[in-house]
Amino acid sequence: MTLLEVSELKTWFETPAGTVKAVDGVSFSLAKGEIIGLVGESGSGKSITGFSILGLVDPPGKVVGGTIRFNGEDLRAASEARLRALRGDRIAMIFQDPMMTLNPVLSIGTQMVETVLAHRRMSRADARAKARDALGRVGIPRPEERLDAYPHEFSGGMRQRVAIATALLHEPDLIIADEPTTALDVTIQSQILSEVQGLAAEMGMGLIWISHDLGVVAGLADRIAVMYAGRIVEEGPRDDVLDTPRHPYTSGLVASAPIANERGKPLRQIRGSAPSALHRPEGCAFRPRCDHAGDLCVNDVPETCAAPRRWRCFYPLGSS
Amino acid sequence: MTTFVIRRLMQAVMVLFATSLIVFVAVYAIGDPLEILLPSDASEAERAQVARSLGLDLPLPVQYGRFLWAALHGDFGNSFVYNRPAMEVIFERLPATLELTITALLMSLLIGLPMGLWAGNRPGTMVDESVMTGSILGFSLPHFWQGMMLIMIFAVWLGWLPSTGRGEPGTIFGITTSFASWDGIRHLILPAINLSLGNMAVIIRLTRTGVQETLPLDFVKFARARGLSERRILLVHVMKIILIPIVTVIGIEFGTLVAFAVVTETIFAWPGVGKLIIDSINALDRPVVVAYILVMVTLFIAINLAVDVAYSLLDPRIRSRAA
Repeated sequence: MTLLEVSELKTWFETPAGTVKAVDGVSFSLAKGEIIGLVGESGSGKSITGFSILGLVDPPGKVVGGTIRFNGEDLRAASEARLRALRGDRIAMIFQDPMMTLNPVLSIGTQMVETVLAHRRMSRADARAKARDALGRVGIPRPEERLDAYPHEFSGGMRQRVAIATALLHEPDLIIADEPTTALDVTIQSQILSEVQGLAAEMGMGLIWISHDLGVVAGLADRIAVMYAGRIVEEGPRDDVLDTPRHPYTSGLVASAPIANERGKPLRQIRGSAPSALHRPEGCAFRPRCDHAGDLCVNDVPETCAAPRRWRCFYPLGSS
Repeated sequence: MTTFVIRRLMQAVMVLFATSLIVFVAVYAIGDPLEILLPSDASEAERAQVARSLGLDLPLPVQYGRFLWAALHGDFGNSFVYNRPAMEVIFERLPATLELTITALLMSLLIGLPMGLWAGNRPGTMVDESVMTGSILGFSLPHFWQGMMLIMIFAVWLGWLPSTGRGEPGTIFGITTSFASWDGIRHLILPAINLSLGNMAVIIRLTRTGVQETLPLDFVKFARARGLSERRILLVHVMKIILIPIVTVIGIEFGTLVAFAVVTETIFAWPGVGKLIIDSINALDRPVVVAYILVMVTLFIAINLAVDVAYSLLDPRIRSRAA
């Protein structure tokens, strides 16, 4: 059953220099309990896609088009009060930098209890018990004591666990994880990854894992969507996308992962850099960096659907 | 925490000692009080006799030594003008000044904080622009001019409020205070507004900047993503962060308020210590001047200590460092 359906989402920023089309026609859907990896470079619009779903795009950004359906409900038509009721309850978000996501001057307990009480009528003591259980579930030792601690008394990995525990308090249907392991040590990264994976499976939560690191997503996601310049350029089941990428950009990403490289050879990279969101090339935005570009690429690229995969390229790889 | 307070108290004693020395020497240098205390046709013998009775004939170090020894026993000398203990004269007037400054401080907080939050939460809007423009006027127009305008408008033209004096203060629990009688409150309103305007402007701007710097932070976004209400985010999450700089400024501003009270008290003929110290300096009433400055320094030390304690209560990061 479909949990989330995003279609033709457009989130634009009106700036004095012009309109920045951060998200420009993104469509994807997510089934209950499914994990989708949203991959792309900085500025590709993947985080803004996440914030758009929650209705938390900061001005001057604005969702200007498309639909977002969550459990059948149209979120773009939902009132601010309704969105607030959903946020933290049915849809939760985990952020990138655990050093920044918790208020430094409020105790962990205060911040968790307020999250419980924002959505449920219950006594403070019950809310605290719920918070304590949530901390225990993400592997924080002595949770009862730690509730009275402040964020600076935790390490980065522990803080991210606290943030995850807070996000999971109400066992949401959907979690949007915006690069939650990027700021952590590699060992902690894999611990957190496997914990989130386990919890998501245990609670049957849908998960959107936003990352610039294809390697992280490869071990986690059921499906992968690759974003470039505000659009999804390729999407499909994980193994298909990784093994036989259709879009040259995906292929470049796969090839530039250090692990794919032959020892001693120079690391492969995609030449050039992502275009400024203000001055995107006409047609395919990847064209100036693409080795396979042809005459057609100056035109707007339609989506090619070959279920369960889709891509936006005139000259897809793997076809002669 | 206890060691911290004890260390601060010891520092306070050193500061008081140093201040007393500086002030004593400075006041000695200003001029000879005999010139003012005695009629110009006083004879040499009379001069010598008065000088001896006030201890003014002794060398400076001896005078200071005697002052210090007496001060350690709680005696700050008699006022030359009132011929009563200097401390008694000051403490008679101090309540009126504290009443005025505390009212002004509370007014600037109770109005300044909400205005700053309001403006900071709506950057670039009409509300923001008008609050900011108003606050510029608040601290750039001269104090005395604001005071005179208040008298012009509310006392002279509208005739709503009295312009001078303290009226008939009432008595609650044996304490004489303006708060206890309607007449007292009416007399307090204009001087308190006059004294609070500049401070209010500072608090408005500080709060607004704090809100605007805090709102874009990740933890605010995370708080929103957790489904907290905007009200709770602003009044708990943002407020607790910005209170730290605000408390600092309140500490400093309280001192400024006491200092500016001199101007306000002069304009509104408010019988506080501000007026007393001006009169005492004019009359070269040394014991009152020295005692006044020592009282003010003590007040400053107490406020600073309170601010430091408030810091550690507000910010857990400071608390754990001090422990």
